[in-house]
Amino acid sequence: MADNGLTPELMLDMYYHMALSRAMDDRMWILNRQGRAPVVYTSNGHEAAQVGSAFALNRGEDWICPYYRDLALVLAYGMTPREVMLHVLGRADDPNSGGRQMPAHWGHAKLHILTGGSVVATQDVHATGLALASKILKDGRVAVAYFGEGSTSQGEFHEALNFAAVHKLPVIFFNENNGYAISVPSRKQMAVQDVAARAQGYGMPGVIVDGNDPVKVYEVVKEAADRARRGDGPTLIEAKTYRFVPHSSDDDDRAYRTREEVQEAKKRDPLILFEARLKEAGILTDEKLKEMQQQIKDVVNDATDYAEKAPLPDPATLWDHVYGSL
Amino acid sequence: MDVVASLTMIQAINQALDLALATDERVMVLGEDVGPNGGVFRATEGLYEKYGGQRVVDTPLAESAIVGSAVGLALGGMRPVAEIQFLGFIFEAMDQMSTQASRLRFRSQGRHHVPLVVRAPYGGGVRTPEIHSDSLEALFSHLPGLKVVTPSTPYDAKGMLLASIRDPDPVLFLEPMRLYRAGRQEVPEAWYEVPLGEARVVRTGDDVTLIAYGPMVPVAEAAADSLASAGISAEVVDVRTLSPLDLETLTQSVTKTGRAVIVHEAQRTGGLGAEIAASLQERAFLSLEAPITRVTGYDTPFPMPALEDWWLPDVERVKAAAEFVLHY
Repeated sequence: MADNGLTPELMLDMYYHMALSRAMDDRMWILNRQGRAPVVYTSNGHEAAQVGSAFALNRGEDWICPYYRDLALVLAYGMTPREVMLHVLGRADDPNSGGRQMPAHWGHAKLHILTGGSVVATQDVHATGLALASKILKDGRVAVAYFGEGSTSQGEFHEALNFAAVHKLPVIFFNENNGYAISVPSRKQMAVQDVAARAQGYGMPGVIVDGNDPVKVYEVVKEAADRARRGDGPTLIEAKTYRFVPHSSDDDDRAYRTREEVQEAKKRDPLILFEARLKEAGILTDEKLKEMQQQIKDVVNDATDYAEKAPLPDPATLWDHVYGSL
Repeated sequence: MDVVASLTMIQAINQALDLALATDERVMVLGEDVGPNGGVFRATEGLYEKYGGQRVVDTPLAESAIVGSAVGLALGGMRPVAEIQFLGFIFEAMDQMSTQASRLRFRSQGRHHVPLVVRAPYGGGVRTPEIHSDSLEALFSHLPGLKVVTPSTPYDAKGMLLASIRDPDPVLFLEPMRLYRAGRQEVPEAWYEVPLGEARVVRTGDDVTLIAYGPMVPVAEAAADSLASAGISAEVVDVRTLSPLDLETLTQSVTKTGRAVIVHEAQRTGGLGAEIAASLQERAFLSLEAPITRVTGYDTPFPMPALEDWWLPDVERVKAAAEFVLHY
C-alpha cells in the first residue's frame, strides 16, 4: 500500500466520499419520489470507480469533464453536499448554472469541473482541447473525460481519442462501463468485449480495471496521469462496474434486466467490499464507521434543508449571460 | 504614420491572423490543411513556418473535433481560431457549435466563456455545387450566444476578424468565397478593429434601401449604380453582423427611404431576409410605402454549376425587385 501513495487516512477519506455519495444518492431518489426533485441521475454502484479516479488527480486543478452519472466523482473532487443539492434542486445559487441546466450536469468552474451538454461524448473533445491548451501553456494540468460505454459509439469519442493520440495530449479517457446505455446492453453497442480494446486502434494504452475497487482504479489513473504529465500522451481506461439503480428517476430498469441480475451484481457492491477491506486492514473500526455514518446523515440533512430553503432563480436573470459583449 | 497595402480579401484575412498570432500568445489557428499547406484557400499561408506546429495546428480530418477541441482550448485559456474548410462541412460540428460553444456562458452563469472564432468560406459563384457553396447563416443566427458575421470587403475582413478574435463570445466568421480574390482595397498594416454589431451604410440614397451582406453586397452596389442611371437613388446597407442584428441602422435607413429590398444568396424560406423583414415592419411600419421584398436563392439545394448564375441573385433581379417596390 505504501508504494501507491495511499495512506490509511486517504483510504478512509475515499471511503467517506463513497459512503457520502451513496447517502446523497439515496436522498435524491427520495426527494424525487416525494415530488421535491424533478429528475435525478445518480452514481449508485459507480462510487469506487469515480472516487478512486478523483483521488489520483490533482483535485480542483486538473480539468475533469464529467457526465451525468458522476455524483461521487464531483463530491470527491471538492463539490460540497450543499452545492450538489443546490444543483439537483435547480436553485439560484447552484454553483454551476444557477438552475439553468438539467440536474446532474455537473460543473464547477473554480474546481475545474467542466459542465457538459446532454449529448453524450461531446465532453470527450472538450477534454482533448483542454489538454491541448495545457500542452501549449505548459500548465501541468491533465484533462479527464468521463463517459459511459454507450457513448463510445459516438463519432466524437473516436474524434477525441484520435486527435489526442496524434498530438500526444495530456488527457485520460475514463470509461465507466456498467453494461447498459439506459436499456441497451453493451453487446449492442460494440462487437468487441471491451471498450479498452479500442485503444489499440488509436495508438494509446487501453487499460481495464475493476471499477468496484477504488484502490485499483486509483492506481491505474495515477499511472495514466503521470504518463500524461510526462508528455507520453493519452490513456483509455475502462472501469468495469454496474449501476444498481435505473438510469434516471424516469426509467424503470425492470423492462430490460432481471432482478436476479441486479441482486447478483450487488454482491460486489463497491461500498460493502471496501468497508470490509478497510475493517480487515484495521483502518476502519465499527466505532469509526458509526461516527462516520452519523456525520454523513447530518451532512445530507443539512444539504437538503439548505437547498430546499434556497431561493429559485429570479426570472429577471433570464437574459443574463447570453452574450459577454453586445 | 499609417502603412497601407493594396490587398485582396484573402490576403487581408491572412494578415489579420498573422498579426493576431504575433500580438497575442494565446491566439492559435487549427483546422484541416492550415499547416504547411497554408489552407486550401491560402488563408493561413506562411503562418506555420512563422509560428510553428504548436500554434498552427493541422488537426485530424474531423470537424466536430476541430470545433469541440477549440471549445476546450478556449476554456483552457487559449484564443483559438478554427477553420472549417467549407461552411457546408460544419454540419458535422453542429452540436459543438449550437449546444456547446454558444451555450457555455449561459449554462455556467458566465463562469465559463468561449472566446472562439470559427472561420468558414461560404457561398457560391465559384462553380462548386451543393455543400461546397452552402449559405447557412440563418441556421446559426437562430442560436443565442453565438455571433455571426460576414465581411464584404478586404478592409472589413481584417478589421472584423481582429474584432472577432478579441471578442469574448464565440463568433462564426463567414468568408464569401467569391470575394476572396475579387478585388483589392487599401488595408492598413497595423491592428485595427471594425466593431461587431454594426451595419455599414455603403452608399446613401433616398428612394429605396438595398439590404445585403457578404457576397451580395457588390451585387447590391452594382444594382444601385444601374438604378442611379435611371434616376433612382438607392441606399445600400451592408449588414455585416448577421447575429445579433444592427436593427437600428437598418430601421433608420428604411424609415428614410420607405422601401426595402433584402438580398441574400441563401434559400428564401426561413432565411435571414425573413427575420430582417419581420423586424423592419415591426419598427418602421408607418414609414413603409411598399411591402419589404426579398431577392434570394431558390428553395432547392445549391444547384449544379450550369444553373448557378441563374440561381444566384444578380443585378437584374435586384433591380426588378427595386422597381417593384418603387411602383407598388
